[in-house]
Amino acid sequence: MQLLLRNITHHYGGRTVLDDISLTVDDGEIVCIVGPSGCGKSTLLRIAGGLEKPDQGQALLSGPAPEGSLNPLTYIFQDFALLPWRSVEGNVSLVLEDHGIAAAERKAIIADVLARTNLSDFAKALPRQLSGGMKQRVAIARALAVKPAIMLMDEPLSALDSQTRELLMDDLVALWTRERFSACYVTHNLNEAVRLGSRIIVLSRRPGRIRDVVEIDMPLAERADRLAELEPLQRRVWEIMREEAREADREISDVA
Amino acid sequence: MSHDTTRDVPAAGVSETGNQRPVPFRGGGFVHRSLGPVAPIVFLVILAIWELGSRSGFISAIALPAPSEAFGALVDLFQTGMLWKHLGASLYRLIVGWTLGSLLGIAVGLFIGLFSLARAGLLPLVSALFPVPKIALLPLFIIWFGIGEGSKVATILFGTFFPTVIATYGGVDNVDRNLIRMGQSFGLSWLSIVRKIIVPGAMPAILSGFRISASIAIVLLVAAEMIGAEFGVGAYILMAGALFALDQLIAGVALLSVIGLIIAWLIGKLEKRLLSWRT
Ligand SMILES: Nc1ncnc2c1ncn2[C@@H]1O[C@H](COP(=O)(O)OP(=O)(O)OP(=O)(O)O)[C@@H](O)[C@H]1O
Ligand SMILES: [Mg+2]
Repeated sequence: MQLLLRNITHHYGGRTVLDDISLTVDDGEIVCIVGPSGCGKSTLLRIAGGLEKPDQGQALLSGPAPEGSLNPLTYIFQDFALLPWRSVEGNVSLVLEDHGIAAAERKAIIADVLARTNLSDFAKALPRQLSGGMKQRVAIARALAVKPAIMLMDEPLSALDSQTRELLMDDLVALWTRERFSACYVTHNLNEAVRLGSRIIVLSRRPGRIRDVVEIDMPLAERADRLAELEPLQRRVWEIMREEAREADREISDVA
Repeated sequence: MSHDTTRDVPAAGVSETGNQRPVPFRGGGFVHRSLGPVAPIVFLVILAIWELGSRSGFISAIALPAPSEAFGALVDLFQTGMLWKHLGASLYRLIVGWTLGSLLGIAVGLFIGLFSLARAGLLPLVSALFPVPKIALLPLFIIWFGIGEGSKVATILFGTFFPTVIATYGGVDNVDRNLIRMGQSFGLSWLSIVRKIIVPGAMPAILSGFRISASIAIVLLVAAEMIGAEFGVGAYILMAGALFALDQLIAGVALLSVIGLIIAWLIGKLEKRLLSWRT
């Protein structure tokens, strides 16, 4: 399944946040979106997931959803968004309960996704008993349970320390290698972007426009070992971002 | 000699000065431990001082009867079998009034919390009616609901309804918006979001509302039993007051306090069960 954003423009109270953004997320592709703070990345992702209506432009899906997909467009949130009153398995169960799945089958799905995210031992734990990294793994398990076609990830690793982030990145790469999900991955962290993205879309400062697109053909699984080759790419993206940040800075001092 | 021993300690780059002292401790506090026997001890000490004061004549018997006299009145009540009649009548009014008031309050609170139209239409009404003393409306209630149980239950119902509404809609407003957005992003139905996300999220506020509304219900019980009640703890207290039978009056007040204690304990149990997920 493909996600197409066509000429998305959006305003909040007279202030333009997104300006004419078009992009495509192809089947099995991870598209990373980077950009300065406040340029509208989260807004773009909300529009892509149908949680918000753009003022102009359209978010479109093309192609059939994969067999058995309960929620083709599935989010992973920066703050995990787990229900604190439900256990790990209860949180996964939540997203299956509305689909009329028999209890036994639901149990099987829950056991399967918890096993895939190495959480089987924590099925009965409450979110407050888990570390940040484990909470995000629960959120990933919950997303997997509905068999998504496209994952929408808004800075999923930003709330985690760098070691945990590294581990979860490996998990995501392993997962992608197995399941070839597509994803739209918003991040501040350029290292994450070059490790996970087959394409990196750099947005300008507000109003967010597409400033540059960087393609990376290196297979995801090899990237951890070939970090040195990614370094120049990361540097290039960083240069663009720095320019934007500097210009944003100058703009504010002009107003003052 | 002491100089030598401190040298032995492998301190990483610490320059030694003679004057060593521990870092002053400034943490601690602001956390509750359960101190089981404290509450009964406080109770018993107050009772003992009171009893001693009465026995020694320091507290005049006309001003305040001794606890033992009040206890005697209670025993009297028990032996004549009137205790259960009074308690039964009062508990019935409390339970029916409080349950109906709370259920209606939660329902209306949810409406106000969920729908803009309900908020615009009902919230000013709630704000206008909440401060009206329900005791002042007693004559109206009697006309509307009759002199029997109806008016008494209605007084308690109205008294508990408003604080529950306010606690509930405040709780709904405080539910993490991100959790609701999460529910929407997984395509949960509206009813599922309300049942599984909003109501549990508002539960802490609803339960602390219960604590307040239960106390208000007991306060209003006495008011409600002022008129035309044959039995009831409130009626018993008012009768004792009219006769200046202070020992009976204190015995009745003690009964109300015990009811209050038991309700608070029950709500505490409920909180432990329903809110064990809280940090
Ligand atoms: N619901 C809203 N109402 C009004 N303004 C909003 C709303 N949501 C976002 N904004 C504004 O829109 C702009 C873009 O917000 P958005 O959250 O999409 O940026 P972002 O790129 O995700 O930022 P960050 O990198 O800090 O997460 C910001 O200036 C923000 O203040
Ligand atoms: Mg954001």
